Amino acid sequence: MAQNQAKQAYSPGTHPDLPPPVRTTGVLGWVRKNLISSPLNIVLTLASIWLLWSIVPPALNWVLAEAVWSADTRKECWALMGAPRDGACWAFIRGSFKLFVYGWYPEPERWRVNLTFLLFAITIFGALRENIPGKKYWLMFATAFPFIAAWLLLGGFGLTPVGTQKLGGILLTLVVAVTGIAFSLPIGLALALGRRSKLPALRAVCVIFIEFIRGVPLITLLFVASTMLTYFLPPGSTFDLLMRVLIMVTLFASAYIAEVVRGGLQGLPSGQYEAADSLGLTYWKAHRLIILPQALKISIPGIVNTFIGSFKDSVLVLIIGMMDILGLGRARLNDPEWLGLAPELYIFISLFFFISCFGMARYSLSLEKKLQTGHKY
Amino acid sequence: MNQDTPTSSTTEAPATSSGEKIITINGMHKWFDDFHVLKNINLEVGRGERIVICGPSGSGKSTLIRCINRLEEHQQGTISVDGTELTHDLKNIEIIRSEVGIVFQQFNLFPHLTVLENVALAPIWVRKMPRAEAEGNAMKYLERVKIPEQAAKYPGQLSGGQQQRVAIARSLCMNPRIMLFDEPTSALDPEMIKEVLDVMIELAESGMTMLVVTHEMGFATAVAHRVIFMDGGEIIEEKPPREFFENPEHERTKLFLSQILHH
Repeated sequence: MAQNQAKQAYSPGTHPDLPPPVRTTGVLGWVRKNLISSPLNIVLTLASIWLLWSIVPPALNWVLAEAVWSADTRKECWALMGAPRDGACWAFIRGSFKLFVYGWYPEPERWRVNLTFLLFAITIFGALRENIPGKKYWLMFATAFPFIAAWLLLGGFGLTPVGTQKLGGILLTLVVAVTGIAFSLPIGLALALGRRSKLPALRAVCVIFIEFIRGVPLITLLFVASTMLTYFLPPGSTFDLLMRVLIMVTLFASAYIAEVVRGGLQGLPSGQYEAADSLGLTYWKAHRLIILPQALKISIPGIVNTFIGSFKDSVLVLIIGMMDILGLGRARLNDPEWLGLAPELYIFISLFFFISCFGMARYSLSLEKKLQTGHKY
Repeated sequence: MNQDTPTSSTTEAPATSSGEKIITINGMHKWFDDFHVLKNINLEVGRGERIVICGPSGSGKSTLIRCINRLEEHQQGTISVDGTELTHDLKNIEIIRSEVGIVFQQFNLFPHLTVLENVALAPIWVRKMPRAEAEGNAMKYLERVKIPEQAAKYPGQLSGGQQQRVAIARSLCMNPRIMLFDEPTSALDPEMIKEVLDVMIELAESGMTMLVVTHEMGFATAVAHRVIFMDGGEIIEEKPPREFFENPEHERTKLFLSQILHH
């Protein structure tokens, strides 16, 4: 006891008879523990430092320091740096930026695209916020958004019509991806419930649909959309290619969503269904109030995973000749003025996809945290 | 059985035991695929009567009470609750479910809703009660089970005993005429069993018709009018509690009692 008290009289590290303790916390402690704790560890640390040293500075040099931001052609770019290819020629991306964003959307009508982007940002902001006044109206607006966007982009009803073949680049990518994501959730939900229905006919239809769509590659479905569908439509009728593609992409994503949601539904203990039943809730009320809020919460990681997948899968439309950001970018590479600038293009496109998908991933994490109510069944 | 006026003692047979029947089960059988879980069940429950059902695990006692509000479907025989027969008719099932409350072994509270929302949910959505009124009502029942102060918490933040009391309040909120209890204290830590049994005893004193699957023999003695012993899907023996414990007739009952009373 007395010894204990004597010990407590010194603050850590100040005892006159003891060597100062080895630091195990803080930066130094971390370095000591993780980087130089054994000879092998020291060798690995040195090797890693050498590797980083030989990769990172040159890369930064290429991407930023030596990069050229404004030039009219590839040759001009080369002329502005020490030796050709010493730095990135971002001028290529800058010069093509409008094309990459708007595709061939007519110049005077581009405000409509900008307005659509703005409304999209507002929708995302409003719909994703938990505590926002007038949540109901935000959700109504979010539901209406795809239709408003379709009107703004394609025109009619007072706006100059713009053909869907004019859509391209990031605009087209977003149209394909957002449509697929927005419509696949409700359709997938319906399919998941249908697959668990007690009505054999409904269940069979849902199972066949889901298994068929899942069993065929998306590229095949896109080829079906671009070629075969015309055989089934009445002769002479034209059904817009983009519409056909959107339908295929949406159906494809909804089959996956259906399976993810079904997993969530099965993850709920049967006691939840029984409690809802025993209180006299009807099927729809039980699902709306008890089952779906919980099942969707469990399914968030899978749903967002599917969303991210279908966002990236949207580039597959280039295979049937649609010029999304990747298709358009690749076409641009063939421009004699900008030959051989593939690295710049792919870095740009990767960055675009990465930011979009990473954003979705982070949002899903924060949503999961928010919905956490210490669940225990 | 006599038809005297009710007395204050809770273990007396209910006044109506030989009169009005609230549950009538006739020649009822149930199979789970090939497994014959309930065999020729005949049971009548009078209004206000309190029955404890016990028996070894797998004897069909939970299945029996779950048949009464159609959480399980029977394949043969008839079950009628308060004059309504349980058939495939969804309307009848809804009527019966709104009159029969059930409390589960695993509580089955809705984890994404607060305690108050759990209790007020069914009155709002099934009875179409205005939210403010339903919540006021829910608070009354939470007070009755002695946890009004937990109303804003989520079920996951409560102890098992508290959760089970919320589950009881949630059932009572629908003003059921019959309460079913499916091993309500089996999932609880020993120190929490009493708080739940106290609520149930109070409920018994208010004259509720109760069917309780439990091995709490103290509870059976204190509140039950009849104890039913089941084994292998059959009702083996039914007697008033005192007789049941002191003077069991069947070998299987004796064996069961010796197992649960001397551990």
